[in-house]
Amino acid sequence: MSSYTYRTYPYVRPAELDGKSVRRPVVIVGAGMAGPTLALALAEKGVPSVVLDEDDTVSLGSRSICQAKHSLETWDRFGIAGRMTEKGITWTEGEVYLRDKPVYRFNLAPEPGHKFPAFVNLQQYYVEEFLYERCAGEPLVELRHRNKVVAIRPRADGVAVDVETPDGRYTLDADWLVACDGVRSAVRHMLDLPYPGEVFHDRFLIADIRLKGDLPKERRFWFYPPFHPTNSVLLHRQADDVLRVDFQLGRDADPEEEKKPENVDKRLRQMFGPDARWEHEWTSVYTFTCRMMERFVHGRTIFVGDAAHVVSPFGARGGNAAVADADNLAWKLAAVIAGRAPAGLIDSYCSERRAASVENIRHSTRATDFITPKFPASRVFRDATLALARDFPFARSLINSGRLSVPTAHTGSPLDTPDRDNDWAGGPPPGCAAVDAPLGDGWLVDRLGRDFTVLTFGPAAAIPGARSVSVEAEELAQRRYDARPGTTYLIRPDRYVAARWRTFDPQAVQAALDRALGKEPTC
Amino acid sequence: MLKRTSNLARPDEVYNAIVDAHKGLDDEQARAFDARLILLLANHVGDEAVIREALAAAAAPAIDGGNGVV
Repeated sequence: MSSYTYRTYPYVRPAELDGKSVRRPVVIVGAGMAGPTLALALAEKGVPSVVLDEDDTVSLGSRSICQAKHSLETWDRFGIAGRMTEKGITWTEGEVYLRDKPVYRFNLAPEPGHKFPAFVNLQQYYVEEFLYERCAGEPLVELRHRNKVVAIRPRADGVAVDVETPDGRYTLDADWLVACDGVRSAVRHMLDLPYPGEVFHDRFLIADIRLKGDLPKERRFWFYPPFHPTNSVLLHRQADDVLRVDFQLGRDADPEEEKKPENVDKRLRQMFGPDARWEHEWTSVYTFTCRMMERFVHGRTIFVGDAAHVVSPFGARGGNAAVADADNLAWKLAAVIAGRAPAGLIDSYCSERRAASVENIRHSTRATDFITPKFPASRVFRDATLALARDFPFARSLINSGRLSVPTAHTGSPLDTPDRDNDWAGGPPPGCAAVDAPLGDGWLVDRLGRDFTVLTFGPAAAIPGARSVSVEAEELAQRRYDARPGTTYLIRPDRYVAARWRTFDPQAVQAALDRALGKEPTC
Repeated sequence: MLKRTSNLARPDEVYNAIVDAHKGLDDEQARAFDARLILLLANHVGDEAVIREALAAAAAPAIDGGNGVV
């Protein structure tokens, strides 16, 4: 019995079935975490979109639960991150145990002065519910439930999309089609595109249970715990007193046997003791893969999130990468559609997010190799690391139970203007995510996002085509940006630094803006 | 003095380079590889007292990491 009440979202007969067909700038396939995020990010930049969802409710199961700071900052622009923080479980620390002893503790947000914490644990169904509600109040987003894509026909200047509904079929003509339809992407299959990668053979059991009591807020990971002595266990707390327990089962486990409630209960009783009482929310036995498409952009069809790349769950790099994809793509699509940037700008979505995906897969594969060693020597080294961990701090830093998601840098992107001044001792360089800091009564992150921002430390300085934010007195912001009077940052709508200078030079800023929009450098 | 805290700028990179170097080796080959690696690193460290400290630390595992042997 689930603690969550799944709402049904109404199907509305599309106007196209009655012959009212207009060409759409953007059609999005899939209403998971990425699709509605992309639609809302487009809407804030004035671009309308249609989101096609084959069913009429949110994610079945809690699935992607660790919502990272950078994702929360994106959703905050749509006014829904506050609800998420309120509903979810905020955490910044994690603890790793060996057998029954803590050996390593990490803090992902050691310094205060950020609007959002490192993570909020919130079930994917809540995230989608909040996104759907926000979409319903946004005139530029049309979220169509029970609209299933059955065929696509790519054209030179767009894509024709055949959609099936309870009332029959219709065709949507789109300038751009964005596939946010998950790891089994129907759009990817329709275009017959390969999805190469690595398959991992260890089986894991997710047991989401409702258990009242004094539950830990932090992430906990055990190697060889007394209650599951042959493998590892990961524990996360979610909203509504729900716990995510993830048992590593090994390669030979029988998924059908392991899924049986009496067998899951046996494992849980060993973990929580004979007196604990719980209700089951969701159970899943899974293996995982790391895959990535060769290219995320195929003509006028673009792949986002799990449709384009997929990783293991250790590190919270799936859902958060999907949100980062959406935020990276939204401003580029909006600029191209508005005629503000050449169509080639879209290719930088592929190069930047593919670099991010390579890094996510590298981290994910390493964590997986540490948790489930693949060959004898890797197990020997893993166990040696654990054995040294209690007495030798250096070994603790080698324990890899998942390096948790932080915004991925895309150093060397053609959109970035490399540093010209050589005296930077800190601050986010071009290609890295902007850092939050208190600003006046609010936060720097409140001022970023809808368009390009010229952030100046000193009097406000503006150029056409970018918003201006001035920091005069805030010490923390100055320190985090290694700022002196005159220091200027150009920050993209996805809150990544495009360029920075020690003095405000309007010509240089304009040239960097043109470069970030994919135009030829003008000087 | 044997360093106890992390001395590596990129610990994950170094750890994975060491582990990956063992890929495809059988047990005997892995032992021979490790022997060569230890000798190379010991020579680089150069300080006999530190090497003896490391030998003692490695001989007395503080806690059982693996499946059974304490």
